[in-house]
Formats: sequence, C-alpha cells, structure tokens
Amino acid sequence: MKVYSTLKDIQTDLYAGSITCRQLVEFYLKNIEEKNNTLNAFLSVFDQEALEKADEIDAKIKAGTAKKLAGMVLGIKDLLCYKDHTSQAGSRILDGFESQFTATAVQRVIDEDAIIIGRQNCDEFGMGSTNENSAFGPCLNAVGENRVAGGSSGGSAVAVQADMCLASLGTDTGGSVRMPAGFCGLVGLKPTYTRVSRWGLIAYASSFDCIGPITKSVEDAAILLEIIAGKDEQDSTVSNEKVPEYTAFQTEKKTYKIGYLKEAVESEGLQPEVKAATLAKLAYLKAQGHEVEAVDFPLIKYFLPTYYTLTTAEASSNLSRFDGVRYGHRSTEATDLMSLYKKSRFEGFGKETRKRIMLGTFVLSASYYDAYYTKAQKIRRLIKEFTDNLLTEYDFLVCPTTPTTAYKLGEKTADPIQMYLGDLFTVQANVVGLPAISIPNGLDNDGMPIGFQIMAGAFEEAELLTFAQLIS
Amino acid sequence: MNIDQELLQKIAHLARLEMPESAEKEMKESLESVLNWMSELDEIDTSNVKPLTHMSLEINALREDKVIPNISREQGLKNAPKQDGEYFRVPKVME
Repeated sequence: MKVYSTLKDIQTDLYAGSITCRQLVEFYLKNIEEKNNTLNAFLSVFDQEALEKADEIDAKIKAGTAKKLAGMVLGIKDLLCYKDHTSQAGSRILDGFESQFTATAVQRVIDEDAIIIGRQNCDEFGMGSTNENSAFGPCLNAVGENRVAGGSSGGSAVAVQADMCLASLGTDTGGSVRMPAGFCGLVGLKPTYTRVSRWGLIAYASSFDCIGPITKSVEDAAILLEIIAGKDEQDSTVSNEKVPEYTAFQTEKKTYKIGYLKEAVESEGLQPEVKAATLAKLAYLKAQGHEVEAVDFPLIKYFLPTYYTLTTAEASSNLSRFDGVRYGHRSTEATDLMSLYKKSRFEGFGKETRKRIMLGTFVLSASYYDAYYTKAQKIRRLIKEFTDNLLTEYDFLVCPTTPTTAYKLGEKTADPIQMYLGDLFTVQANVVGLPAISIPNGLDNDGMPIGFQIMAGAFEEAELLTFAQLIS
Repeated sequence: MNIDQELLQKIAHLARLEMPESAEKEMKESLESVLNWMSELDEIDTSNVKPLTHMSLEINALREDKVIPNISREQGLKNAPKQDGEYFRVPKVME
C-alpha cells in the first residue's frame, strides 16, 4: 500500500474506491507488528476493535454517511483515558487501571469516525524529554541508531514517523508534543492553554497541560484541532472562545512581521547544523517578503527554573490522588494506612516522578512557599507580559524547536539539568499559555530531523497554521 | 540549599512517599542540584510584581445544576486493589 501523509489523500482514494479502511488498518497493523518490538511506540494495540470499526466506516462511506475523520487511523498517548481500555500514564502506579470514561478529545475524534488503533508509550506522567522515563522502557526514534524519540509524547511521534498510524493525540506541558515531533521530522501543535478540553487527561501540571496533535502535515493538525477544540461541560477551565475553521487556510498572500529569539539562535549550545538550518529558514522568510528581526529576550535564562518550580508544585498536588486505595498499585508490605500510602507510592512511581513530587512538596511547604513558589509565579508574570508585548509588535516569534537533534539513548540521563535544558525553547509557550507549532526543517549531517518552532498570540491558531503551511 | 536528613524525611512524609535510607543520598543530591538552579530566580527583583495565579482567561464557567447519570458503584469500584462490593478496603485505622 502507498504511504500516506495526509487525510485528504486517504479520503480521495477511499471515496474513489481504490482502498478501504480495512486495508488501511491492516497496513498500519502490519507495520506495528514488524516494527513495534524494536521501537516500543505502542503499549497496547486495539487490533480487533480497529478492524471492526474499519468495516463499519467502510459501510458508512458506501452509504454516504461517513464523517470528517473517516480514514484517519489514530493513536493516543498513555495519558488520555479511553473507556474500558488501559490508561497508565507510563507508570506502574496505574497498573491494571481501566478507565471508566473517555477523554473529551478522544470522544470527539471517535464521533467523527476516526479509528483508534492503540495506546502509546510516554514518559511517566509526561515527565521527561526523551521517553526514557517510561515504566515500559524507552521508545526509540525510527531514524538513526539508538536515538531517543524525544518526549514526553515519544511513542505518539514515533508511531506516526514509522507509519504505524496516520496521526496521534499527545499532550504538551513543556514541549512534549513539539519536541518529539521535532526529533522525528513531524508536525506537532500545542494549542493555546484552555483551547482543548482536558477532561480525561491524566493531570501533570494543570496550569500548563494541553492536548495537541502530532501529524505528518500542517493540514492534518488543523483538521484535528478543529475537532478537538472548544467548549466542554466537563472541563470548567476550557475556553468558550469560538472555534474558527482552522482548515480554511487563508489563501491570500500576506507578509508577516516575524521576530526570532536572538538568544536562542545565537546560543552557544546550539548544534551547528540546527543553527545553519534555522538561519537558512530565516533567510527564506526574508526572501519571501516577510519582515524578519532579531528580538532580545533577556529572561530566557529564567524560563526553565520558573517552569520546574511551578510544574513540580502542581505535580505534587495532582499526583496525591495515587494512593493505592481506589485504583492502581498497592504495596503488599503495608501494615497500616500510612505505610500503605507511602509504600504504594514509593514502589509505584519511577525515580523522576518521585523527585518531582519531592521538589514540588518542598517548594509548597510553609517555610519555602514564598521564596520558591510565589517567586516563580511572579517571574511567570514577567515572562508572560514580555512575550505578550512582543506579540503585539510581531505576528510570530520563531526559533529552533530544540538546541540539538535527537540524543543518543542514555546520553542525557546522567545530568538532569542538561536533560532539562533540551526544553529551553519549547517551555516558553507553556509558561505563557500561547500556541506554538513545530514543523520539519531539514536534517543534520547524521540524517536526524531538525525542527523549527513558531509561536503566536493567544487563540491565533488559524494564523499560526496558515503561516506554518505557507513556509513548510 | 542544603537538605539534611531530617528535612528530607520531613518532605518525604508530607509527600506520603517512603524514603528508605538506601535512596536518601541520591534524592538529597538531585534535590539540592535542582533547587540551586531554581534559586537563580532570586537574581530578579520582583518586589513590585504580583504573582500570576490564573492562566485561564475565563471568568466564570456556569452551567445548569442538573442531575446527570454518573458511574455506577460497580464501575467505581472496578479498579480498586481491594474492595468488598460496597466499599474500598484499607488496613484498619482504629482499634
């Protein structure tokens, strides 16, 4: 079977009768069977269900009643709940957990006839940048030898990269959709904070978490966002802002004013090929008639300390629900209620998660709350005001998605700060709540993909997607 | 920031996380290294800045207060490591 990159091409062939949904699902299942043992992208495969659903949608296509996502075979990150299916957040603490309900974003794609093919590997609770913090082992990049997938939505990216499904739904708290998309040569979209309902998303840091698609094309990212975005009675934080028709890309040729983060593009830590590819893209933008200017962002050094102070605090609170009582792992060594909590949590959580719970508990504890937590909230305001201001002057802010291409397995695990620095360019969008997209921008000398990130103002996904499409 | 054993155990207790002696050293070191890095935030004067506490632009999300079908008891208990058909079971709390 032909390898597809867009839903549109799939639907053209489906409606012409040259392929069926069943054949599509069989194609993806065959790839999963051949590659998943090595790549470890899927944790569960819903093969029988996907085939049955494919037949159902083939019948709908014949009857002329198929909906928007007919022909889209989709994987979901292990942080999204799907009724009667296992959801474990990449963690042992949720051993045996089968959700009693379906996440709104997942339900919405199912209602539009998408086929869910399986559950995808990720860093435990989304805490990681390489997928090496999964209780189920790392997911490997399909390109290069022993290269990481990126994280935390590593499985979701690799599954698309290796043609095990057409698209995935991931989650992005500090870059977890964009970073693996960048490492795998794909499109990763983090929408504006609160654009997409988070009902059924296992929470990590609630003032940062966003659900977003990983796809092979900007077009498919737009189609998916249009369906998953918008009001939801189950999530009181979701925005009531009207959902525009993201798929109606503005066709009239427009020139934009673009700022690039000087500190990012000129940073010493930047891999030479990433720098060259970024500068080439900026030159291309200029040649296309866009106005391109360097902007200073003196606060860049504080993005990550702010991010980690606040996210660990929120994580320590969110993860208190895992106590061995109502679901998941319970220690067999417990003697009383207190030791049941403590032992179950110690045994169930991985190292990185334990560390972040400890950090978060520390920064929220009475003696250190103001010095750490409140301080970070103040700096979050400064970063947000500075960014919002820049975006009144510029249409978009751009930079490389990551300072380097995908690391070798184990390369960054020894030094946590080095590991955290990989998120330097992606965290800003989460700290300030703005939409950002990573698009492919060539390869390095080893053939590893390079990502280019574009950030826009709040709820300006339509412009962001149009621009991303224009320069892809 | 120096984390001594007493503080480490205190945080672990607040977090309801067992912290066996064998895990103390590694945890202490990684906490100290990240906390020192977080302390770089002190370089910025924030005396006139208000903390940003809400990221959502929504003011009030109102909906009608109506009864909707919720999950059944059986469904609610289905993932419990120990239950008796009516309640979650935990070790005895009172003698």
